[in-house]
Amino acid sequence: MTLIDLANPTRFLALTARVLPWLAAATVLLLAIGLYQAALAPDDYQQGATVKIMFIHVPNAWLSMFVWGVMSIASLGTLVWRHPLADVAAKAAAPIGAAFTFLALLTGSLWGRPMWGTYWEWDARLTSVLILFLMYLGLMALWRAVDDPSRAARAAAVLTLVGALNLPIIKFSVDWWNTLHQPASVMRIGGSALDKSFLIPLLVMAVAFTLLFVTLHLAAMRNEILRRRVRSLQMMQASRVAFSSEMGAGPRGQNASNEVGAA
Amino acid sequence: MTALSALIRRDIRIALRVGGGALIGVLFFLTVVVLMPFAVGPDLALLSRLGPAILWLGALLASLLTLDRLFMADHEDGSLDLITMSRTPLELACAAKALAHWLAAGLPLIVATPVLGLLLNLDMVATAAVALTLLAGTPALTFTGMIGAALAVTLHRGGLLMAVLVLPLSIPVLIFGVAASQAVIVGPMTFGAPFSILCALSLVSFVIGPFAAAASLRHGLD
Repeated sequence: MTLIDLANPTRFLALTARVLPWLAAATVLLLAIGLYQAALAPDDYQQGATVKIMFIHVPNAWLSMFVWGVMSIASLGTLVWRHPLADVAAKAAAPIGAAFTFLALLTGSLWGRPMWGTYWEWDARLTSVLILFLMYLGLMALWRAVDDPSRAARAAAVLTLVGALNLPIIKFSVDWWNTLHQPASVMRIGGSALDKSFLIPLLVMAVAFTLLFVTLHLAAMRNEILRRRVRSLQMMQASRVAFSSEMGAGPRGQNASNEVGAA
Repeated sequence: MTALSALIRRDIRIALRVGGGALIGVLFFLTVVVLMPFAVGPDLALLSRLGPAILWLGALLASLLTLDRLFMADHEDGSLDLITMSRTPLELACAAKALAHWLAAGLPLIVATPVLGLLLNLDMVATAAVALTLLAGTPALTFTGMIGAALAVTLHRGGLLMAVLVLPLSIPVLIFGVAASQAVIVGPMTFGAPFSILCALSLVSFVIGPFAAAASLRHGLD
């Protein structure tokens, strides 16, 4: 099973129907383990119990960038390889990514209030993530502004690739501009700065959130494929009604074979 | 090469003659700057403190206002199709159009800056700094805005959407433009560091803008 085999939407639907329950189960299991470990993790000597917001906040923040990365690869698939499911993947991912970004901003804000004494600060990391959120919303608006899905896909793909420039800015903003947000502490040269009792639950939560994204993404892609089928069936229905009213009541039964072929 | 220079000359001529696109931008710039004292209050010390930010915001909004003319007019009269089909690479044609747009709409803003700086109680050095940062930064606004203009042309009703799509991309330019000019007036920071980042943003946009705009035109117009 390679990427090319998935180009057939019917085969994709059949495969995801089999895989999705397992993915959902694995997600729930890992989330439960991660949350349990996070609850057992010791309080920080400086931050107290509020440090536990980290286990929700950091995976959300990682996923907000990861989803844009997935969308960028899907956009390459749309523009370069013309993979038929690439634009479905890109469109389905945008609302999920926007939700992760919003949750990252929200949990960060709630964490910032006790730690920094402010809900919002115009520092480099916060501002660049807010820009990412705005770009998700703009991209979703762009998808809805065009009626024809394949034209919308190519316009959105260009914008997604341009917007990918923001990802390195977000990643390195804490190192380039030394402002309020703490510098990178998990993935850095010379090993993680986090203690094992924090690091292990955090990584479990990160994997759980990634699985959550994959599950939601595949389900959203299924919805999108089905939505497009409904749309093309409706358009065929409309053109058949127009055709039959033009020609009199005759050829209704004659065109029924088209519908079966499309479905 | 002659095709490109002809395209540039044609675009500038259209911008200066028809509808006064360039001068409308300057007029809008002036209006934004004049509105500020009404909103902030006529305190001259405060205005000179806010001056670079006001000028940069005005220039950003003015260039955004004129951007939708970049491809829209050509799309309406059909010349965009001719440009797309001609032997000149579409990327180069896009770059030429953006350059012409900047010469016709961006440069007048920079020329107007000293006068507007006077209204905002900016001294000579600060005005020069703002004008220099605008000179370095407005090409980036034009070349990234061109991507939005190309997307909007293919959407037919994308005027407002263009603003939503382009503004996030122009935020870094705004940040470093204002940071560099503030550094001259108050800051402990040096002028050089944010100014060179501003120049870098412009250079990056020269590379990315034409390619992205040409790609979205090519995919959108078929």
